Amino acid sequence: MSIEVIDVSKTFGSFTALNNVSLNFPDGELVALLGPSGCGKTTLLRVIAGLEHPDSGRIVLDGIDATDKDVRQRRVGFVFQHYALFRHMTVFENIAFGLRVRPRRERPSEKEIRAKVTRLLDLVQLGWVANRFPSQLSGGQRQRIALARALAVEPRVLLLDEPFGALDAKVRKELRRWLRTLHDELHISSIFVTHDQEEALEVSDRIVLVNKGNVEQIGSPREIYEKPATAFAYGFIGTVNEFRGRVDGGFVRVGYERLRFETGSFKDGQEVIAFSRPHDTEIVANPQSDDGVSASINRILGSGSVARVELVANGDAREGRKDFFEVEIPGTEVQSLGLSTGQHVKLRGRRLSVFPIQNTTKAAS
Amino acid sequence: MTGLAATFDERPDTASKFQANPATRDSTWVRYLIVGVGLTYFALFLLLPLIAVFVEAFRKGAGVYFSALVEPDALSAIRLTLLAAALSVPFNLLFGLAAAWAIAKFQFRGKNFLITLIDLPFSVSPVVAGLIYVLVFGLQGWFGGWLREHDIKIIFAVPGIILATTFVTFPFIARELIPLMQAQGRDEEEAAISLGASGFQTFWRVTIPNIKWALLYGIILCNARAMGEFGAVSVVSGHIRGETNTMPLQVEILYNEYQFAAAFAMASLLALLALVTLVLKTYVEWRAHHHPVAEE
Repeated sequence: MSIEVIDVSKTFGSFTALNNVSLNFPDGELVALLGPSGCGKTTLLRVIAGLEHPDSGRIVLDGIDATDKDVRQRRVGFVFQHYALFRHMTVFENIAFGLRVRPRRERPSEKEIRAKVTRLLDLVQLGWVANRFPSQLSGGQRQRIALARALAVEPRVLLLDEPFGALDAKVRKELRRWLRTLHDELHISSIFVTHDQEEALEVSDRIVLVNKGNVEQIGSPREIYEKPATAFAYGFIGTVNEFRGRVDGGFVRVGYERLRFETGSFKDGQEVIAFSRPHDTEIVANPQSDDGVSASINRILGSGSVARVELVANGDAREGRKDFFEVEIPGTEVQSLGLSTGQHVKLRGRRLSVFPIQNTTKAAS
Repeated sequence: MTGLAATFDERPDTASKFQANPATRDSTWVRYLIVGVGLTYFALFLLLPLIAVFVEAFRKGAGVYFSALVEPDALSAIRLTLLAAALSVPFNLLFGLAAAWAIAKFQFRGKNFLITLIDLPFSVSPVVAGLIYVLVFGLQGWFGGWLREHDIKIIFAVPGIILATTFVTFPFIARELIPLMQAQGRDEEEAAISLGASGFQTFWRVTIPNIKWALLYGIILCNARAMGEFGAVSVVSGHIRGETNTMPLQVEILYNEYQFAAAFAMASLLALLALVTLVLKTYVEWRAHHHPVAEE
């Protein structure tokens, strides 16, 4: 089912959760709503489900305006962060719930219900827990049951609110791989909310990056990772080194030091923020070099093919927001440059991405 | 009135764990002293009066005891007490459910004021509560004239007793449910709705089963108080024998008339009710503790 979100706004008191958001979710895709906590992504999901009513704007499901439609009429499956399983029902009854509450005319027979629940339990590979209560299951099992319960009513779209948020790292990894596989089997349009960029990058077909009630960028995981469109997108996805300064010819001037850059057309004196990924950042062993920002080496990690060097800013760069830098270089380079802990060096971006500083685009670290 | 929610947090094994560990065990005399003081108090102030009630009630033999209970005034008092409880408990059940539901599941202006107001009957003396009703509905009260014109009697009549009983037992069920429903949140209801359940279905299939033990517990306490209430009812009752006397009032009248055996016979019924209530309460607490609903 296609979902259109048109100019949706929602405020809670003085807090703006959604600020004129417009979005299009194509049919059959697994989309991640990614953003820091409190950015409005869960609100957006709840507005789509009908659990919150937008202050303004419309929700169009399959071409039909559903803004004022009851949650029940929307036929969306919702999976809650804390599972929200009915604690007084067995797993079987939990999954059967959506079928049992149907009006008598549409309600399947007991035999059909039994068959369907069994099929769903097999789908989530938990047939053996049918007669247990939710409190007897592990977190990962509960979440899979919650998913089976949502699927039982054959929703047109599946909405998952931080589905793996409450699980430990190992189970989370397993479950998201499993979710991806499941989605490939069922091809039901799904939107899931997450604050974990790794999760979004790994699982989704498409990422919607949300910040402070606004959509920052929409794109495939690859696009989002390789071509961040805004300073926020750059700062939020992946590890990144951050330099703040002013444009001065072909350089960004950071205090008394400067960084060469090529992209963009900025006016001299424009305040900017420059980003560089760890693998695109260079270490210049000579601290007297006139290109680069000085830093001293804090730790050198990993001696394999890739070494991770952690640095702490020296001198002028310290007035910038970020004190720590991370650089990934081939292990051999550590030797050839003769790097050691405590050494003073300069840092330089091979491919510096520069964004003007505006009030609205504060990069997250 | 710690509430059912609070009892979930108790860990029954903590005490024995402390006991078993020599590092945390108190010296012997401290233990005996504390246990001794506790048991003495219990015997003196709780057990002894309870036994005394039954001993006094049967002092003149079982015949006197039972004839005291089937005496017309006594029967009428029992009937009135049952009636007051039978009306005020369901009313407070409805109100308690509605209030707890509203407070726990919705945000609205004046919520804290409502919570405070619910506690009013706990904080105000029952006599004051009774006087309020006299002031409002009594002959000289605000609505006194209007009520007399329409020949409606509230004060010194059965409706006044029911009103006073309802007022005094107001908070019991709401207070029991609010913390539990707040702790449970709205997730399960939202899940039910998203699965296609109507509001009615959600309420009966999800909300009620989740709170049933706390609800039962509240009903038991509410009922015990409704039957035992003295102060507020005493003010509005007028003590008309065979008409507006509830069991506690009847006990007082008989006692003041030196009919000790009859007074204690009536009192023994109330004491019996208390014992039944305690047994039920313990059972409900135990069930709530051992049922999956209460977990998490």
